Amino acid sequence: MRTTLLNSLLKRPLTEPAPPADDPEIAGFAAKLERTARSTLGRSLSIRLVDAGSCNGCELEIQALGNPYYDLERFGLRFVASPRHADVLLVTGPVTKNMSEALLRTYQAIPAPKWVVAAGGCALDGGLFAGGYACVGGVSAVIPVDLHIPGCPPSPLGILKGLLALLRSANLNPE
Amino acid sequence: MALLDEAEKWIAVVTNECPNGRYPSVARFHPPALRFERAARDLFGLASVGLPDVRPWLDHGRWGVVHPLNPAAASEGPVARSYAFLPAEGEGLHQIPVGPVHAGIIEPGHFRFAAAGETIVRLEERLGYTHKGVEGLMIGKPLAEAAKLAGRISGDSTVAYAYAFARAVEAATGCEPPPRAVWLRALMAELERLANHLGDIGAICNDASFALMQAHCAVLRERVLRAADHCFSHRLMMDRVVPGGVMVDLSPEGASEIRALVDFVCEAFPRLVTLYDSTASLQDRTVGAGCLNRELARQYACGGYVGRASGRGFDVRKDLAYPPYEALTFVSPTLDEGDVNARVWIRIREVEQSLSLIGAIVDRAPAGPVRVEPAAVAGEGVALVEGFRGDVLAWVRLDEAGRISRCHIRDPSWLQWPLLEAAIGGNIVADFPLCNKSFNCSYSGHDL
Repeated sequence: MRTTLLNSLLKRPLTEPAPPADDPEIAGFAAKLERTARSTLGRSLSIRLVDAGSCNGCELEIQALGNPYYDLERFGLRFVASPRHADVLLVTGPVTKNMSEALLRTYQAIPAPKWVVAAGGCALDGGLFAGGYACVGGVSAVIPVDLHIPGCPPSPLGILKGLLALLRSANLNPE
Repeated sequence: MALLDEAEKWIAVVTNECPNGRYPSVARFHPPALRFERAARDLFGLASVGLPDVRPWLDHGRWGVVHPLNPAAASEGPVARSYAFLPAEGEGLHQIPVGPVHAGIIEPGHFRFAAAGETIVRLEERLGYTHKGVEGLMIGKPLAEAAKLAGRISGDSTVAYAYAFARAVEAATGCEPPPRAVWLRALMAELERLANHLGDIGAICNDASFALMQAHCAVLRERVLRAADHCFSHRLMMDRVVPGGVMVDLSPEGASEIRALVDFVCEAFPRLVTLYDSTASLQDRTVGAGCLNRELARQYACGGYVGRASGRGFDVRKDLAYPPYEALTFVSPTLDEGDVNARVWIRIREVEQSLSLIGAIVDRAPAGPVRVEPAAVAGEGVALVEGFRGDVLAWVRLDEAGRISRCHIRDPSWLQWPLLEAAIGGNIVADFPLCNKSFNCSYSGHDL
């Protein structure tokens, strides 16, 4: 273990540079937001994930946000175990009918003010799973959505930029 | 119903027309069929005569319809029903309900523990939360759309699913994919296996509170996904394997990037294996935890690392070899201990095997076209493909226009989930996440 730790100390970090403040993708996400979180919550966001029936592709890329390349926590973003501790509800999947009540209850358990981010094509409108007997089709059919991050699945960088848009400086999008 | 004769290495699909909407229960004599029969009852309204457990499985009473896949039996359904969990009685026993929303970044499912103090007396799973009605959505779809659906049944196995679906369609239509496509499919399948095993090894150690392994393994996994993105323009290689071949050819630059990736992982991985093997506090958690005995693994025809860690060596790539694997040399490791540690070691050995397979495939893949168009003809086909989790079975029936008339894809998790219930008995509640991660069954693949 000592060798591994020493090697890590001697190497440069793998972490990607943070996206610049004027990143067009972040600006695009922020423009779609009616309110940013920073003025209310400062520089930190606690996120609770609910998989509302995704194929688990989105979860893989959300998990990747924690790896040393993206290192989510350096931005003040962290995943929490309970909705009671969360500011942001991150939702994936086409919202299966079997998950819709659990999604609604999780949303209700988050104290206000709260934001909902829907990640992935399914979360927008059900994607390929829309129209069947088993899916509601999109997160907004069950709870209000503040931001949608596209992609099937969205890349870790795309998810990161969406979350940063929530945090971004209030003077770019004054409330 | 699909049958496998393991000794003779032979598979068959038998059909029972069920003229009266009834068939004799197999689960009565062969418990692994139980959840399949409960699901078939929910979806088709077929009565399994003698079924030992008649509770619904995928149907939570929320679809607004019962028996959705049987037009003759479909009807407006009731609203949410309560579900009777199996009883556990004894002095001081208490129940712990967990889920469907879990604490981590994972899929939804419900676990009901009956515990005596810290010790788990019984675990009962309730699944079906991610049921998306894929089989229903498949009906009438053209091949291209159906292939996309197949690749989204379980996102972590998207290549394996698309591969199994493509091979089933090719068996039904008599289509022969070009040789280069056959090799590129195997390349993608091995990259997928490599990425998932690396992620799992790290995540298992993380569930034993050893985050260092997780960080290092996550770096290796990310490198694999980035190489996949550069070579096949999708990190998870979704929609790249299609009936008739593959959608993207591997460029010479891509081939050198994959060789560089193999060198990088081959250099970094052995140090992590040593780290795993020499950390006593980690071994203390993984050795002897979540033991699955050989007999159950055999009875449930359990595939993948779960089966191989409990002495069942079945590997489709060897036992029902499909091209190009019959031309490749590799070993399929097995162990007998059946604990979390054994499932980690199987993954470690499979990472090493996949690395050598990837190198061999990149070197030996023949040149040529990568795709042909399958003929639009009626037919029926079945295929088994070894995904990272085990054998993925795909069965399709096509109509005269070459569209899907019926399609069923069976995730290996169907036969692994019930064994998690068995393996966890007698362990402490706090070890459940660790044992669960070492199985890493698919919720979405199972719920379909």
